[in-house]
Amino acid sequence: MFNNHKHLIDISEYSDSELMTILTTAKAFSQVNERAIKKVPTLKGKTIVNMFNEPSTRTRSSFELAEKRLSADTLNFGGSSTSTVKGESLIDTVMTLDAYKIDCIVVRDRHAGAPYIVSQASPAVVIDAGDGKHGHPTQALLDLYSIWERKGSFDGLKVGVVGDIGHSRVCGSLIPALKIMGAEVTVVAPGTLMPPAPEVLGADHIAYNLDDVLPDLDVVYMLRIQRERLEGAPFPSLREYHQLFGLTKARERLMKPDAIICHPGPINRGVEFDSYMPDHPERSVIIDQVYAGICVRMAALYLLLGGADNGLAS
Amino acid sequence: MALLLKNAHVVDPAVELDGIMDVLVDGDKIAAVGEGLTAEGAEVLDLTGKYLVPGLVDMHVHLREPGYEAKGDIESETAAAAKGGFTGVCSMPNTDPVTDNGVVIEYVKSVAAVKGHCRVYPSGAMTKGLKGEVISEMGNMVAHGAVAFTDDGRGVQGAGMLRRAMDYGKMFGKVFMSHCQDEDLVGEGQINEGVVSTRLGLLGWPAEGEEIQIARDIQIAELTGAKLHIQHISTAKGLEYVRAAKAKGLPVTCEATPHHLFLTEEVFDGTYDTCHKVNPPLRTAADTEALIAGVLDGTVDAIVTDHAPHSDWEKSREFELAPFGMIGLETSLALVITNLIKTGKMGYARMVELMSSKPREILGLEPVTIAEGSVADITVFDADATWTVDENEFVSHAKNSGFKGAELTGRATDVFVGGKRTLAEGVVC
Repeated sequence: MFNNHKHLIDISEYSDSELMTILTTAKAFSQVNERAIKKVPTLKGKTIVNMFNEPSTRTRSSFELAEKRLSADTLNFGGSSTSTVKGESLIDTVMTLDAYKIDCIVVRDRHAGAPYIVSQASPAVVIDAGDGKHGHPTQALLDLYSIWERKGSFDGLKVGVVGDIGHSRVCGSLIPALKIMGAEVTVVAPGTLMPPAPEVLGADHIAYNLDDVLPDLDVVYMLRIQRERLEGAPFPSLREYHQLFGLTKARERLMKPDAIICHPGPINRGVEFDSYMPDHPERSVIIDQVYAGICVRMAALYLLLGGADNGLAS
Repeated sequence: MALLLKNAHVVDPAVELDGIMDVLVDGDKIAAVGEGLTAEGAEVLDLTGKYLVPGLVDMHVHLREPGYEAKGDIESETAAAAKGGFTGVCSMPNTDPVTDNGVVIEYVKSVAAVKGHCRVYPSGAMTKGLKGEVISEMGNMVAHGAVAFTDDGRGVQGAGMLRRAMDYGKMFGKVFMSHCQDEDLVGEGQINEGVVSTRLGLLGWPAEGEEIQIARDIQIAELTGAKLHIQHISTAKGLEYVRAAKAKGLPVTCEATPHHLFLTEEVFDGTYDTCHKVNPPLRTAADTEALIAGVLDGTVDAIVTDHAPHSDWEKSREFELAPFGMIGLETSLALVITNLIKTGKMGYARMVELMSSKPREILGLEPVTIAEGSVADITVFDADATWTVDENEFVSHAKNSGFKGAELTGRATDVFVGGKRTLAEGVVC
């Protein structure tokens, strides 16, 4: 338990001070990751299942490393070996996992709401590692961490989120989290990639023209064009998308001198970026975000699974 | 043996009845209606404090048989109909095999005759296999007793296809019932497109996906001269199209379900309750207000349930994998009484039109009235009985109600089908 939170599924249930506690805890764990021996005994004896019902390399690797550095026992469950592939229902799969006496299930699923189903079927702590087009709370946490490290505060910070807002699980958590922390959010996308009601996520401004809003932004958050998750063709060509919404060296002149660039990865060079901007030495924090992922996942696991009673286990 | 129903409050606007009287049933017919009736040797049932109306008909029900007996079957779902106060239901053709020929119509009728707890009026598919490609054998189905044609569960996608089906089938005089859904626009939409779909990260099912086909189907009906009935209408604008068609004098009718009348998309929260996943989806408060206004002003002709039983395991799947639909037969009457009558919006006479006389008229069935000589299809209900919807008490094989836990007023106590009792003091017989 972390305060009154058993799970990490809906980030909008967390307050600004709770999110800040996660970030400062992540900062403390960052020191562990800098050591020669990158391991603490914090979650020794805890069993965590990484239930990845859809393919994911980056998020799963990040969770697995975070769990191992906290000394938890981990079990990766998913891919072609999943029972769901054999026709077992999600609930039956979870009941089977519970029989192993586990403490936490990290859930990635292509269907919105799956982590909630898991949380109802299991007594274990549930962490949403991305569900359908709904949410991805640990991604939002690592984004907050990376922005906080560079900007120091969220108050009045102007963040532009550019790209496939409508099909993005990242936005479902990131935009509410940014709003909780006090940032001002602009979403930028063609109408075909915009959700029906961006304002319910917390978007303050809706824009269809990147060049118009770029000069005002402190953080430019580029989204991946998820070609595999686009029903129908939402734009005529990748070339035209790149021309209209790609963050390029030519567009850099429109940016504030201290504006930074984020992206949840993996990036598509030539689509949302040219080859230069994602490697920008001063602006790009994309690789920092990957590192932040380990730190915030360690923090979330620690707070939800150990926290106050940690170390009391006999 | 004759049956004398004493002291019920009889309501039947068709014969201008609204008062306490007795009804004598002899065989399958009503023999007399009046005050202080006596009949030697008749079984007497005192219905003091209860209402007696022409038997209720739900013209939109999925009985699931043949093919989907794990969800429900003709025996279990007609029992649910009896429990809910219905004397008859119109069954939908999305069975397996699809009810698109006389053989399947005959199967549904014969199982219902042996095991059914109410009358079953089968509808047949408009197109073979519900595929929207080839006209089904409408003449053969009518010969075996089909009362209407519908591809319910899907809209007919091609305007030309719909025109051919209507132009061909209009010679049989039956109504064409349209499930309106433009599949290109709706795609994999899960719930109403808008605020809630954005919050839950679910693909939206836009109102326009329904309204465009309502408008189109009205125009094709006008072009062909066929009778058109719009099924489970869910949006304010869709209802406007029907209202305009009626004003023009076109033979267009429509129906609404209790869930589209009394629930909105706001029921969805982070729990992703699949019992509220229905097709068309629950809409907005503005839509429910417009639909209720339509019920009151006559634009909505019938209240139906779109009773759609599903197995627990299917409904406990991930939201996007769970099937659409909720059951409704056992809650429909009480929801109407609770939300429309007890609130003073309308009276029992209007309810009888919406749930009994108009559905029969649209389906071309023999009228049933509380009058001498009429078939004795009768519903008796206690308008003041209060109860809580409990999934463990459903007679239906399924439990997927969107009204679990609701506190309702009004419940059927007795039902007679052709003079034969199918519900006795709340127990299905």
